[in-house]
Order: sequence, then structure tokens, then C-alpha cells
Amino acid sequence: MEKFSGKIWVLGDDIDTDIIIPTEYLALKTVEDMAPYAFSPLRPGLAGQIKKGDIIVAGKNFGCGSSREQAPEIIKALGIQCVIAKSFARIFFRNAINNGLLLIENNRLRDAVSEGDEITVTMNEAIMHKGTKYPITSLPENLMEILEAGGLVKAMQKRNRI
Amino acid sequence: MGLTVIEKIIRNNVGREVKPGEIVTVNVDRVMIHDIFIPFVAAKFEEMGFQKLWDADKAVLIYDHLVPASQVDDTRHFKIGNEFVHKYGMKNIHRADGICHQLMTEAGYVKPGNIVFGTDSHTTTYGCVGAFSSGIGYTEMASILGTGTLWMKVPETIKVNITGTLPKNVMAKDIILRLIGDLGADGATYKALEFSGDTVGQMSVASRMSMSNMAVEAGAKCALFTPDDKTAEYCGITLTDKEKDLAGDSDAQYCRIINYKAEDFVPVMACPSNVDNIKPVSELEGTSIDQVFIGSCTNGRLEDLMAAAEILKGKKVAPFVKLIVTPASRKIYREAIENGTMAVLAQAGAIITHPGCGLCCGRTGGILTDGERVVATNNRNFLGRMGTSKVEIYLASPKSAAACAVAGKIVVP
Repeated sequence: MEKFSGKIWVLGDDIDTDIIIPTEYLALKTVEDMAPYAFSPLRPGLAGQIKKGDIIVAGKNFGCGSSREQAPEIIKALGIQCVIAKSFARIFFRNAINNGLLLIENNRLRDAVSEGDEITVTMNEAIMHKGTKYPITSLPENLMEILEAGGLVKAMQKRNRI
Repeated sequence: MGLTVIEKIIRNNVGREVKPGEIVTVNVDRVMIHDIFIPFVAAKFEEMGFQKLWDADKAVLIYDHLVPASQVDDTRHFKIGNEFVHKYGMKNIHRADGICHQLMTEAGYVKPGNIVFGTDSHTTTYGCVGAFSSGIGYTEMASILGTGTLWMKVPETIKVNITGTLPKNVMAKDIILRLIGDLGADGATYKALEFSGDTVGQMSVASRMSMSNMAVEAGAKCALFTPDDKTAEYCGITLTDKEKDLAGDSDAQYCRIINYKAEDFVPVMACPSNVDNIKPVSELEGTSIDQVFIGSCTNGRLEDLMAAAEILKGKKVAPFVKLIVTPASRKIYREAIENGTMAVLAQAGAIITHPGCGLCCGRTGGILTDGERVVATNNRNFLGRMGTSKVEIYLASPKSAAACAVAGKIVVP
């Protein structure tokens, strides 16, 4: 996953976890059962339009709200490669890394793109959009280790030698 | 150089001085898991290959979001939870005693200076007794259950200093709502909040709970109050020197200091549908409402119910308004019966429910529909939180909520 491209879906500021997956669907058995309801309070039908390899570009405070880990799991289950936002809420950030969902912080991209545009991400380096380059910073080492292991479950399996 | 409260708590835990930005591995003193996430925690724990809990006595399982069950599927969570408790020798389980964040301090699981994690964002609540506590997801919870440790970044601290006496009918809830409005919904992201000043010193632990509970709505990692005599009495302990020392040093480094005069606060509400969309109640007067909710881990304590009862005494809820009251725990429910509060609320026309989380997160009871408006004392007014995405939620203090219930519209208490 050194370099990848994808079509983008554009969302606003403060996309909270109740928007990503409303509480009423949290007791469904699997994240696959929940995925069709993703983003439904804000954009019903969006989950059905997202295709594998797409990218979400959002404003500030993405993932604010509850600790529900289904939020990043569902985004991953929908096939989203990564979420690029101006900033992320703390618990969502940890949950995403622990589930192997790549997050990238960038302040400028959101206001420069339109939905449906294509962007190219070079890991720990930059995002390219219509000829403009947006540099990105790399994640701390301990987080890269979890991401590279494929998430926290796999990292713990390695620890427990299974 | 001096230290902030969070820097002291982490120093005491890891045995050396720490600086903001550093990544450290802490030893966890207590964890809380609730019914919604226990099936996922249990599955991840076994998937990770753990055979036993690092310390069964340090784990607490609380059924609250789904109690009592409203759908057949909910019972699956209790079945898996009970099996997990039995299999791994857990003793700390509450099946119908109240809301997790109330029980963790009320039942004595959290003490000043502790480091606590819970599978719920409002785990920040235990900062009310000077504990570092924060929400995490179920995968991290499973890893703590196996290892007893978690990595964290030492946060920077925002100090909030409040001095003076609050005006009548202004509650701790009005302070924290105003602060969230001033900071913005992401204004304290990754940061610790530290409260100080004589206004805070005069506050009950229950009021401090309302504030630390909602700190996460500004993105805060934790919200800390210095342990004092009130904390000691609430926790049923005598404070040690180490616990008394959990105050910010005069030369500690803060990334921001905010000063408030208590006299300047007024009753406010968080308007639809962002927690930082704060307006004085006086600007919203006359807005019609359909329902009022008094309860939740933010405002379901005895002082909240008594504050509502003070306003509702001898009055009736407007005929077209449903007032729903949910005590935060069984103990509070009993105390409110014993001191006559429940009788006042019932006579005013309140619907009184069992302790739990169902209503606050739109899971059981009190669901609203398109175009309806609710004044609620809980902590989130997100789209779809208490029914459809076209429900308007106004977050308020118990006094404001009670006054609105009587008037049938938004009014200043």
C-alpha cells in the first residue's frame, strides 16, 4: 500500500459516530449487517454507492462522539481505502488504527476537491489532486507497527504466538 | 518545572516524570465494559489468543444500554456477558443497577489517581474524583484484559479556572455547555481539561460528574478535578498525601488557560444538532416542544432530580408534553423515593423509568419522530440520536428542562 488512487466522497465537519452508524443498528450481529446503514442520518443511500477502493475526504473532527468501534470497521467493510480529514476525534483515531484503517490528516485538501474527483496517495509522503501536491506527515512508529501487523488483533496474536 | 494533574497521575503510574507528546505504556487500574460491546470484547479477547484475564478483580461489566431488553436480539448480549463472567472468574457484574458511569464511582470502583479505561466515550466522567479515565474501543479493551496495559500519549492540558458564586438556576451543566461552545466540538481533542477555582471547590461531586462527563463533547481525553474533602467523603476514603497532591502546580505548563467568573454564567442550551451550538435560553424562549427528558449519566443524579422537583413542585407538566425522568442508578432511584422527590415528579405528571441508557441514545423508550422537538439533559444532540434524523434535540440543565416541561415551550428557569 505504498501508493494508491481512488475516487473520493466528500463530507463536512464533525461527522459523528451516530452518523457513521446510528445506535439502533449497533446490536445487529455483524458489521456487514450494519454497513448498509452507514451515514444514513446524513446521506441515506450513500453506503450503497460506495465502491471498493473509494476514499473519504472530510472536514474537521471526523469520528467525534461515541467509542463504537463499528464506525471504522464499517468504513473499512464498505471498501474505503483511507479517510483523509482536517482532523480526527481521539477514540475514532485509535479504533481505526487498531482495525487497520488508514487515516491521513490534511488541512487543505477538503476545500480544494469535489466529490467524484480522483486522488493519488503516496504513503508518508503526499496526496496528489489535479496536479497539486499536498504533503502528509508519517504516523508514530508504534502505530505503524499496529497498522503493518494488520491491526491490533493480529499484533496481539503475534505476542501470544498464535 | 511544575506538573499538571494528568502529568502527575501518569508519573505516579509509570514511576518517572513524563512530558506532553511522549508515548507511554500505563498500568491500568480498572476497566469498564458495558452490554453493547461485551460480545465484541469477548470475541476479540479469544481471537487474540488470551487464556485468562490479567486481573479479574479489576474488570467491571455493566448492563445498562439494553436494560431491560427491548428486542429479542438484546438478550444475546446478556448471555455472552454472563458466559464471559463465568468462564474467566469475574465478580464485578451489574445486571440492572444503573448507568455504567454512575456505578463506577458510586460502587467504589474508581479512586483518585487511578487510570481507568471504558468501552464508552463518556468514561471521562471519573475525572470528577481525580482519576484519569477515557473511552476506548472493544479491540483495545480486549488487549487490556489480556495484558493490563495500554499505550497512550501524554496529553497537553487546558486549565479552566472558575471563581465566584453561580447565579440562581445556573447549574454545572450550564458551565460545561458554555465551555464546549467556547472551545468548539474539537477544541480539546487529544488534550486534558483541568478544572480549578473556588466555584469548582464549592461544587458537589455530582456536579463535577456532569462536567467531566461532557468534556468529551469538546474532544477532551479526560477532565480532571483535584481530590478534596468532598471527594474523600464521596469515595468513603481518607485522602493520602499523594492524592491530595493531584493539583496543578503553580509553575505547570498549560497549552491554554481559560478564566471564568461564575457570576457571568446564564442558563444555556446546545441547539440542534451540534454540541457546540450554544445559545442562552433567553434567546430561545417560546420555541414549542413535544418532550422533555431528565436523566442520563450527565444529569440523572439525586441533586438533578431534586433541582427538577423544586421547579415542578405543585405544578403540572403541559398536557401535550411528555416528561420522562430516568434516575442514573438504583441507589439514586431509592434515595429519590425516600426523600419525596419521586412523589413530586410523579404528581407533576412525569413518566419515571428504570435506570439505564436506552432513552439517551435512542435505543429504548421515548423515541421521537420527524419534526418533533425535545429538551433533554443528556450529552448529545446529534442527528438521529433520539429517534429520526429530523428530531430536534436541545441539551439543557435539569432546571431548564423542568421549567420547559411546565411551560410546554422553551423558557428560562
